[in-house]
Amino acid sequence: MEAAMGLMRRMPPKHVETALSALLSLMPDHSSDLLSQVDQPLQVLCDVDCGKEFILCEYNRDADSYRSPWSNKYHPSLEDGPYPSPELRKLEIEANEVFAIYRDQYYEGGISSVYMWEDENDGFVSCFLIKKDGSKSGQGRRGYLQEGAWDAIHVIEVGPEEEGMAHYCLTSTVMLSLTTNNELSGTFNLSGSIRRQMNMDLSVADGHLCNMGKMIEEMEGKLRNSLDQVYFGKTKEMVCTLRPPSELLQMKLPES
Amino acid sequence: MYNSRQRMAEDDETQEPELSDKQKKEIAKWFLLNSPAGEIQYVAKDIRSVLNDDNVYNAAASEAFPLYNKSHLMCLKMPGKSEDVLVTSFGEIDENEYLDPRTAQVVTVDHVKQVCTDVRPASDEELPSPYIEDYRCALDAEIMKYVNEAYPKGICSVCCVRGKDVEEPGPDFELVVVISAARHSPQNFCNGSWRSVWNIEFKDEVQIVDVRGIVQVGAHYFEEGNVQLDAKHECKDSMLFQSPDDSAISLTNIIRHHETEYLAALQASYSNLPDTTFKDLRRKLPVTRTLFPWHNTLQFSLTRDIAKELGIGK
Repeated sequence: MEAAMGLMRRMPPKHVETALSALLSLMPDHSSDLLSQVDQPLQVLCDVDCGKEFILCEYNRDADSYRSPWSNKYHPSLEDGPYPSPELRKLEIEANEVFAIYRDQYYEGGISSVYMWEDENDGFVSCFLIKKDGSKSGQGRRGYLQEGAWDAIHVIEVGPEEEGMAHYCLTSTVMLSLTTNNELSGTFNLSGSIRRQMNMDLSVADGHLCNMGKMIEEMEGKLRNSLDQVYFGKTKEMVCTLRPPSELLQMKLPES
Repeated sequence: MYNSRQRMAEDDETQEPELSDKQKKEIAKWFLLNSPAGEIQYVAKDIRSVLNDDNVYNAAASEAFPLYNKSHLMCLKMPGKSEDVLVTSFGEIDENEYLDPRTAQVVTVDHVKQVCTDVRPASDEELPSPYIEDYRCALDAEIMKYVNEAYPKGICSVCCVRGKDVEEPGPDFELVVVISAARHSPQNFCNGSWRSVWNIEFKDEVQIVDVRGIVQVGAHYFEEGNVQLDAKHECKDSMLFQSPDDSAISLTNIIRHHETEYLAALQASYSNLPDTTFKDLRRKLPVTRTLFPWHNTLQFSLTRDIAKELGIGK
């Protein structure tokens, strides 16, 4: 398993699906470990009841069916799939509505889904998912991207309420790939995936949704920023080490 | 290919037949060939342990390493000498022997270990004719000057890939300029490579020299994540057929010009990220330019309800 995860850290992120399928076929005994530890780009289905798309993940899956957050029905339909309690379902409905607005404000498009379920220790878990196709042919408003995919997975474990406080543990993964293509600069692709965790104890007075939403917003901002500044920045630095831009060379020349 | 196999596997988990050794080898090769610059040894170690079958691993490695070394323009030290040699398909004599045209030496390469094990002088048949060598050698000297200026750790080589036995003006011939610069700093979680291949066709009859270049740049940053740059650019140019020395200078100018322009284009791609390209995936701030009002989400449901009632909702 360790070696398999080592491979996933080195393979080009844009090939994560191929790499994962390859590992699944080589290590059939570890399939559940692999599927739970390797994040892969999100898939969507259309909710036949309301015509809206929803995102598939391990958390809304039962057998081969997935529960839609919109109609609360499994697709394809399933006899006795698990559902959140009516109370939690109420929060789930609200979360889906609010998160769709959040998503629209930051992503100018895209698809989002929120799933909730009770866990063993009197708390609950929420999973917030966003998928955005930012390519020219998708929902890229500015039309710069030949290909552009952003998948965000936020899983929050919410502990039981104690003295008006609850513990929130957020694990977030962002996977992205963007490609530009033009005559002068050829094809330029950056792809990546990073995962971070955040823990907080917060008063439940403002409501779970408010607490979770703020954490996700902060985390997404951090992830986007470190992808942009740190991760992309490091690859740019590498390019400049391989071949320094001429301004740098000219600065060096007088010395030599 | 793997996707469909996975789907089959999922549909039919219990009856899935064991992969054949040949299939396993192909999968192992896929991993090896997709290794980022400078990381194939790490990938090899991991895939070997995943396979848990040294016969399959060795078969995969013996096929994948030569391909990887050649496509990555691997630079190896000549045994007992200070010079480096580039492993490329252009200098390939057979799978394990590579010509270094500059020193007229042939090295034996252990692909999997990525070292040269032996070196011998090239035979006359392996070297170009004196007529071709004039062109090759003059170009090599100019390119070397340029590469030393432009790439802190660049290695280059000029090979004749067609018409090496041409003895006098008349027939066409073709040279290839290869430039390879790699940087591995695993302690900084970063590896990268710059690879240029320039095909130069000397067309005697029309007195034209056609130039085709492919530049590939890759970088991998992997501290608590996995982010990779994969960039590729192709370009074309041409010039008049000239004497060996004049050709060398003009060709080097052409290559310098295109590579400098490409570097500038790469930097432009990077500087466009924050405000244009990346913005199409996710904005830094919401369209409202203020943080999302989580405290006040009730208003959304209220306005929405009202909108619905008034029939102005979407």
